[in-house]
Parts: sequence; C-alpha cells; structure tokens
Amino acid sequence: MMETVQQVTPSYAAPLPEWLSAEHDMGTTLVAAEFPGGVVIGADSRTSTGTYVANRVSNKITRITDSVYCCRSGSAADTQALADIVSYRMAMHEIEMGRPAAVRTVANTFREMCYQYRDDLMAGILCAGYDRTHGGQIYSLPIGGMMVRQKVASGGSGSTYIYGYLDSNYKPDFTAEQCVDFIRKGVSLAIHRDGSSGGVCRVAIITANGVERRTFTGDQLFVPQ
Amino acid sequence: MMWKIPEGGHSPLVFIKIPMFLCCGHLDFKHLTSTMDLMPLQASQPFDPSKYRYTGPNVQPRQLPNTRSQAPITTGTSVIGLQFDGGVMIAADKLGSYGSLARYQNIGRLMRVNDHVILGCTGDYADFQFLRDIIDQKMIDEECLDDGIVTRAPALHCWLTRVLYNRRSRFDPLWTTFVVGGLDDDGKPFLGFVDKLGTAYTAPQIVSGMGGHLATPLLREKMEGQPPLSEEAARELLIRCMTVCYYRDCRAFSKFQIATLKAGSIKIEDDLEVKGDWEVAHFSKEHA
Repeated sequence: MMETVQQVTPSYAAPLPEWLSAEHDMGTTLVAAEFPGGVVIGADSRTSTGTYVANRVSNKITRITDSVYCCRSGSAADTQALADIVSYRMAMHEIEMGRPAAVRTVANTFREMCYQYRDDLMAGILCAGYDRTHGGQIYSLPIGGMMVRQKVASGGSGSTYIYGYLDSNYKPDFTAEQCVDFIRKGVSLAIHRDGSSGGVCRVAIITANGVERRTFTGDQLFVPQ
Repeated sequence: MMWKIPEGGHSPLVFIKIPMFLCCGHLDFKHLTSTMDLMPLQASQPFDPSKYRYTGPNVQPRQLPNTRSQAPITTGTSVIGLQFDGGVMIAADKLGSYGSLARYQNIGRLMRVNDHVILGCTGDYADFQFLRDIIDQKMIDEECLDDGIVTRAPALHCWLTRVLYNRRSRFDPLWTTFVVGGLDDDGKPFLGFVDKLGTAYTAPQIVSGMGGHLATPLLREKMEGQPPLSEEAARELLIRCMTVCYYRDCRAFSKFQIATLKAGSIKIEDDLEVKGDWEVAHFSKEHA
C-alpha cells in the first residue's frame, strides 16, 4: 500500500512585522505625588504597538473632570473607553449634585468597572485630583480592580525601574515646584531605562486654583551623567 | 376568494383574502416569523437551493459554561488567628504584593465587620475589597432592620462559605481565604476558616496562606492540652508567629496589624512592626 505523504511547501516570504497586528499598548511610566495643597502627576508620551512607536507624543494624562485627572497604562483602547465612560458619568453626577465630584467618587467609578470586567480589561490607572473636602488625593487602580489611596504612586512598565528613586527621594512637605521636579526626574529616569517608555515628560499640577499642564522635552528631561 | 361583510350599519369594508404569490412577484420572506423561515416553493418552479437560505432570527450555538478561573493579581499573604481566654485575636501584615513586587505597603487586610465579628483576608485584594463592601452593606441593612438580631461570627462564617463555594462551582472563584473570629451564641470564642474552594472548618488556631505551614505548629505547641491563654500571652505568641513568618515568607512585610475581640470590645492596633533578631548572622564561620 502506498503511503501518502503530506506536502508542506515552506514559505520563504518574510513574516509580517509583529507590530502590524499587535495591540496598541501603553508600556508606560506614570508617577503621581501629593504635596500640601494638591497633587502633581506625570507620565511619558510613548504609545507602542509591539516594538513600533505608534505615537511618540501621546498624552496619557486625561481629564475626567475639571479637578480630577487620570494617568492611563495598559491597553490604549481599554483605558480610553474607561476614561470616556467615567468622564461622562461624573459630568452627570456633577450636574445632579451641583458641585465638583470628589476624587474618591471618580476613583470608585473607575474601580467598579475595572473590577467587574477584570478578566476582559487590561488597564492600570492612576486617578488623582483635588477636592475641597480632602485636598489633593491619589488613588491607584492596578490591574485586577482594587483601589488604594497613596501619597506617592506609580504605574506602567517603567515604574519598576524607579521604585528605589521614589522611595528614597519623596518628602511629604515638598512645595509644588519641588514636587514637579521630583516627578520630572522620576519619569526621566524611567524613560532612560525602559524601552516601552519615551518621548517627552508631561506633567499636571492640580490644586485648589485649578490645573496647570507642562511638558518637558529633550534637554529639559533629566539625564544621569 | 371570500367576501366578508362586517355586521352593523357602517360603510362596508371588504376583506379579500388573496394568495400571496399573486400580490408580489418577488418572494421575500425576510420579515416573517420563525414558522415561515423555510417556506417551501411551489412545485412548478425548479429547485433552487439558495431560496432555502435560513432567514430567521439569529441563533447562537448553545454556549458552554464560563470556564474562567481568574488569577490573583495583588495579593496578601498570611493571616494568623488564635483564641484566648475570653476572646480571639487575628493578625495580618500590611502588604499587597504584585507578583514578587512589594507594591502596596500600607493596606489593611483585617476588617471589623460589626461589634461581634472580625475577619482577615489572604489572597486577591480586589476580591477582598469587593466582599468587604458587600459585608458592610449587609451590616447596614441589618442595622436598619433593627430586629435585635446581630450577625455573629458563626453566621458570617457560614454565609462566606456558601458565597465562596457558589463562586467556585461556577468556575469563577473569589481568590481569597478568610479567617473569621468572634464569640459564638454561647459567648465562647469562635475562629473559622474559609478558602476559595469553599472549604471551611473551625479550630482554636487558624492560619491562612504560607503562615499555615510556619505558624500553625508554633501555635499548637503552646495551646494544645493547655488551659486557655491569657490575652497578654496570646498577643506575645501572635507576635512571635508574625516574626517567624517575616523571616521565612518571601511575600511578608514587617508592618502589621492585630485585631482583638473580647466580649463587648474590638481593638485594632495598627502601627506594629517586626524587628527580628539577626544575631545569628554573625555566628557563621565564613562570615565575620
């Protein structure tokens, strides 16, 4: 009996680059720190699809309400959708309540969705802002859907490289400018070592007087000698 | 054809029943209900298989049960509980580990449920927060009922067992282990264990997590066959167990809490820290 041999024709064509099909991921560095009077949050600006830099000047600091902003890491699609939904719900909430939403309310709204859909989402979020009752607050919502308040918080792939820097250099009585400097250096050091982080350092300072946004480019980033 | 003239003296409306194939040249059944989904054609026309296309409502194949069993993300390690003369004591450190990263170093894993129950949680912290909110709401509802019945430790333990077992049976566990402590209806100390599978038992000493291997022998040695410990002796024993867990568990942390429940009072001490004795490091011949 003749054996049938399965013919396999090898393909010598170069495989398609993996970044054509890879999901938009924000390998990222996010940092946030509290100071008396408000919070400062900072992030890098690189969005990658696999190894390709899809957007080198993206803005990962997203407005939720006038006094609460969030930093997003993980899947760009997931976090954009979440931020849109929470922003909408908080706008309704503010209309109904007649006053700005509390930071914890915004964070809890994020948490409800992040926890309920924890198996489907890939989202790590830092939610930070200022309200009159409790001043500046930062809430960390890592993957998995828990929520915890912290004085200094970090997220994204680049954050692992700067845990030591953040732990040893933070002081609870920073002025706003010292806090901005602390955040800028942290993000710069992470960009220096993390391939998934890069571009510019964007920073937002949230206080009772509102939000001030700054961008540090090129030479303004801190580069160790 | 039928003529149907309605009763009454109104202007007559005439209903004529006309076979459908006479009123439209094109057979379009897309709008019809399920009984019409596969209407046979007139025998005089040639067989056209495309006309037998199913055009009814979209039906998915029967879906398999959800086989998701999530992995824990941010986790807490051991919780140690023991009974003493007149109450129970539970201790847990304040760390949320993100894999091997000691990420959240100031989170409480002990909970005061009401005046009669305390509990501690090992495992996924998001699942603990979820259940904590539900238990808090349960206690609010109970207070509003105002019927004089309060949830005591055995009741909460039983409820937790049912909840966790039900989630396990749906292949969607709450990845947590609970140590529930309080006084039972007779006023005697009660300690219960429930894990993510719904396995539950009660014992004079309960330890969840890796501490189960490290601390349980220490607790049993001091407690089995002895009269009940005093509160001070129990606290000392608990701190010794937390120290051993800090020495030997990679995911342990030096800062911890102790919750003590006696008839009529609950106390949660928050700022305790394991110092540890590292003198043994100098004993080795190779190292000075």
